[in-house]
Amino acid sequence: MDVMPRWIHKVLGLSVIVPLMALAISGSVLSVIPAWDRAEAISPGGVTVAAVAGRVVSTYPGVEELKRLPSGKIIAFYSGTDGPAASVVDPGSGELVSAYARSAFDRWVTNLHRSFFLGDGGRVAAGAGALAMLVLMLSGLQMTARRMGGWRHILDRARGNGVQRLHTDLGRLAAGGLLLSTLTALYLSPTTFGLISDGMSQAPVFPTAMTRGPALPVEQITALRGIDLSQLRVLTFPNPSNPDDLFHLTTATGEGYVDPAGGDLLAWHAHSVARQIYEVIYMLHTGQGLWWLGLLLGVGALSVPVLGLSGVVVWWSRRRAYAPIADNVVAKNADTVILVGSEGGSTWGFARTLHAALTVNGHRVHTASMDSLLRSYPSARRMFLLAATYGDGAAPATAGLFLQRLETIAKAPSFPVAVLGFGDRQFPQFCQFARDVETTLARKGWAALVPLETIDRQSAQEFARWGEALSQVMGEEVVLAHVPERPRTHMLTLIERVDFGAEVQAPTCVLRFALPRGVPFARVAGCGWPRFTAGDLMAIVPPDCTLPRYYSLASSTSDGFVEICVRKQPGGLCSGLLHGLQPGDSVEAFVKANPDFRPAHGGKPVILIGAGTGIGPLAGFVRANISRRPMHLYFGGRDPASDFLYEREIAGWLHDRRLTSLATAFSRVKGGGYVQDRLRKDADRLRALIAGGAQVMVCGGRDMAAGVRDAIADVLAPTGLTPVALKAQGRYAEDVY
Amino acid sequence: MKSLLAVLAVTTALTAPGLAMARPVTLTTTLNNYGGNGAYLALYLTDATGAYKGTLWMAGSKSKYYSHLSGWERGSRGNLAEINGITGASVGAGRTLKVTFDLADALFDAGYKLHIDAAAEDMRDSPSEVVVPLTSAGASRPAAGRSYIRSLTYDM
Repeated sequence: MDVMPRWIHKVLGLSVIVPLMALAISGSVLSVIPAWDRAEAISPGGVTVAAVAGRVVSTYPGVEELKRLPSGKIIAFYSGTDGPAASVVDPGSGELVSAYARSAFDRWVTNLHRSFFLGDGGRVAAGAGALAMLVLMLSGLQMTARRMGGWRHILDRARGNGVQRLHTDLGRLAAGGLLLSTLTALYLSPTTFGLISDGMSQAPVFPTAMTRGPALPVEQITALRGIDLSQLRVLTFPNPSNPDDLFHLTTATGEGYVDPAGGDLLAWHAHSVARQIYEVIYMLHTGQGLWWLGLLLGVGALSVPVLGLSGVVVWWSRRRAYAPIADNVVAKNADTVILVGSEGGSTWGFARTLHAALTVNGHRVHTASMDSLLRSYPSARRMFLLAATYGDGAAPATAGLFLQRLETIAKAPSFPVAVLGFGDRQFPQFCQFARDVETTLARKGWAALVPLETIDRQSAQEFARWGEALSQVMGEEVVLAHVPERPRTHMLTLIERVDFGAEVQAPTCVLRFALPRGVPFARVAGCGWPRFTAGDLMAIVPPDCTLPRYYSLASSTSDGFVEICVRKQPGGLCSGLLHGLQPGDSVEAFVKANPDFRPAHGGKPVILIGAGTGIGPLAGFVRANISRRPMHLYFGGRDPASDFLYEREIAGWLHDRRLTSLATAFSRVKGGGYVQDRLRKDADRLRALIAGGAQVMVCGGRDMAAGVRDAIADVLAPTGLTPVALKAQGRYAEDVY
Repeated sequence: MKSLLAVLAVTTALTAPGLAMARPVTLTTTLNNYGGNGAYLALYLTDATGAYKGTLWMAGSKSKYYSHLSGWERGSRGNLAEINGITGASVGAGRTLKVTFDLADALFDAGYKLHIDAAAEDMRDSPSEVVVPLTSAGASRPAAGRSYIRSLTYDM
């Protein structure tokens, strides 16, 4: 169901990216012209065509035609020494202001835009390009709607990595303008070929009866004296070598002939409805006569090259994730079958690790997408289903047909199956598709190898734990050391540490490392220490350990150091290592961007809620608050005398107003409590802040985050808002560990 | 129906190939470098009274633009049957259009005039851009148009 728009979007997008970029860029260039023309136009009001024509004739008797451009400019055409010539005239004086000619560049861009310089074939191609653009937009919007969980969520905050978000956000932002440009193009293209009538070639019949005699001075011609200049389109003067010729007049409402001797209108034909429709659509497409719309559409069209390139990047990274798996045994010979339902490709990475680990143990393993489920696997002894979830509980890209196929298999197989769900707990329908798969399997009587397990945010630790569970039921050691594609690591040297919390059994330290000094241009080449902001993650790789541990960064590149808060976990390998560091010691680390946990742009207030080491990224946000936007910090600890992290800095930030207010809650002092209790106490104030557009950012342990969510839900209950609704608007962000 | 037959008769009289009383005539039209897109050109004849007699050639294939060739449009009443089979591509600025017909001898030295209407996109329409009498003496003598046409020559 969802496969179709995605396939169309991909194949069509990749195949027409170059011509569409040419159409869009040339369109943006052309969009500037109406605004430019308007800036130059001289347009007085209340002047008649007769008066202006008279003035022009008196200063330039050879004039053959007067034309009013949509911008209001009046152009006089006459015969020059080398072909037709034209000048902009001042309607007030009749003086020629400047030579008028469409520049060669303008013509070149126009011809590129409408026909790729290929004549009628090119015009058809340009029309097809508009159709392709429309299909890309509609399929893209449909994919976005599905990913968001339905059309009513289409404006929710986009998810995914930077490039995916750019693609989605820009696509939604530009959709209106692009839709107008494409639909009008799809009308104009067939009118070029006469498939739709533009009503243009319906001139009145040339009259035969006319007054014989000398021509009147133009300014005395009655028919022209009744027409305001603003109504004029074209006035063609009679050919002096043809005594029977007449004025040909076109106005906004119709066209006809005017007798140069009698001064009367001899024939008149009102513009047809088809012509009026054509003119409106032409104006909407070109912005000629509506310069500001032209500029808007031009800016909208500039999104097309960005959409194209970001789309290619998304496609390429997805493709890389689907590289062939080593030692993949054909289905009928495999004793172990792994089927993968992956959305962005990361689940394939986990499948690869499982495949390799089982192959090392001597199994013949077959890995394929969930959509390629077969009716039978004759040699199979067990099956694994690794399933991500798409949007609001839907099947991911490679599993859209799985449930359907499963239904067609009447008899449950002899081998057991294990379902492993991948997802993100921050979203309401966590691992919903995996749950649906498990329910269906159970209903159809398939035996379970191990109960459904879930992996939150690609946690390698949780995956390794699932491997331990497998080891038990399979009676062999399944070592799942999954290493998500890891960037280059760097050695970080500790420059300072501050210890807290030892007295309250929560030994915590704030570790500050020097920024790794990079080789020049290393960052540009993609192998240096990247730019980072507070809220991003720093991965520490302990020696002899393949799995990195992630800590939220409490500083940004501009601070000039790398800071994290680490609580010592009993028996924790990595936290133990970090707590053992002394200034001068080094660790291996890399940075992982976490764009979902960042204060939104703008000056709206931010409510920061953290407990324990959760204050780390929040402190980083406050430290970086150069613009002094309102920031309110809620901090929960055990005892102010022992684990009040950042106490000294917070005092400074309050003083220099980087931090607007501080509220604390300590659980191990008399009359103390948790941070969520403090939130409930401040309900009125929080409601007011959130009503005023404030964003809520929560960082801490899972239980704390759940408690805070409940507290905020209670606080917001009278307003009808919920944390879920705020989250959909990008105004409630959590960083949970 | 009657008028249509009459028109056909005229057209046949103008260009009937293989007639004993006809001769091949080559029309060469060279355009100025007027700096615009390709021009539409209508080549047609009028008789001694100035009445339209028939079309020789139409350069430009989209009939919706023929109203810009207003001399031809008035004479032919925009009848597309007139140009059936004698239509070609528009002519680019600075380019030359060369067409050859078998023209009846009776058309020469009898007051007939050859007209060309010209028009180009976003530029002025030029009906009767150039008008030359068809005479034996006038053959091979170039005539210039008002704005688009640098030279028009007919050779026999």
